[in-house]
Amino acid sequence: MMTLTLGHYLSLGAMLFALAVIGIFLNRKNLIVLLMAIELMLLAVNMNFVAFSHYLGDMHGQVFVFFILTVAAAESAIGLAILVLLFRNKNNINVDELNSLKG
Amino acid sequence: MDVKTGFFYLFSVVLLFAAFRVVTARNPVHAVLFLMLAFSQASAVWFLLNAEFLAILLVLVYLGAVMVLFLFVVMMLDIGIDTVRKGFWKNFPLAATLGAIVALEMAAVLLSGFRLTEAPAMAPGAVPVDNAKALGILLYTEYLMPIQIAAAILLVAMIAAIALTLRERKDSKAIDPSIQVRVRAADRMQVVKMAATQAAPAPVAQTDAAPAEVKK
Repeated sequence: MMTLTLGHYLSLGAMLFALAVIGIFLNRKNLIVLLMAIELMLLAVNMNFVAFSHYLGDMHGQVFVFFILTVAAAESAIGLAILVLLFRNKNNINVDELNSLKG
Repeated sequence: MDVKTGFFYLFSVVLLFAAFRVVTARNPVHAVLFLMLAFSQASAVWFLLNAEFLAILLVLVYLGAVMVLFLFVVMMLDIGIDTVRKGFWKNFPLAATLGAIVALEMAAVLLSGFRLTEAPAMAPGAVPVDNAKALGILLYTEYLMPIQIAAAILLVAMIAAIALTLRERKDSKAIDPSIQVRVRAADRMQVVKMAATQAAPAPVAQTDAAPAEVKK
């Protein structure tokens, strides 16, 4: 309990991930909070990567975090662009109303 | 309890609180601000793990760019909070159960299985390099091709985001330069052939015009 172990960091990542899962279930209608919950999930994953990288003395984990950050930035940029388009066309961001592709 | 452990618990508590407020905040602007707090605390935790480069990267790229993007979008959209919040607490029991299951399972596996306390000592004779340098050496030697692909992904994302949101104004009077430079003299000026001298029109009968002037 007193000295930090790898398990502490991994548990922190797990709790963060669980909070993001809760957030996805709670905000079923609000697309923008869904995107934020996905960012939190990626942060939890990155936390695990950095913790393993430190405790196993392997830099490759941190390189992977670098790439995850890149892809996450691209993902949120395109996601927000789609969100803006959606709001322009439908005047709300309700996930339930995204059914115009349904036949 | 040493200082590092104390800081770890401090940062963790603030991080988890901020993450909780992100998913429960009523106002999306508050959610984004709490997300910024969460990322800053995560960055501090990464400092504890000696990952200085990634911690600074998180602050610069995430707090500086991505979160500001979120903030701009949230402020640009006029979201009716009440319609979005409808049915928020209806999903709470399911969400809480699932979240608790995920957290307990992972904590049970992790806390018992990963008791590493100390980073492995470096091999004798190894040259100590700082975090950023070690990461840079790896990135530009072993991961040279993936980093090019990552750059291409960022370029594609930038073009896609601009192309998606670009909208032409209907009342714009801007002209297309490519059409403009391709114009020829014949499109602009028409040469009409006509005789140099023209016969004078036949004189109109004076008798009709004069009474009309008087009537007016």
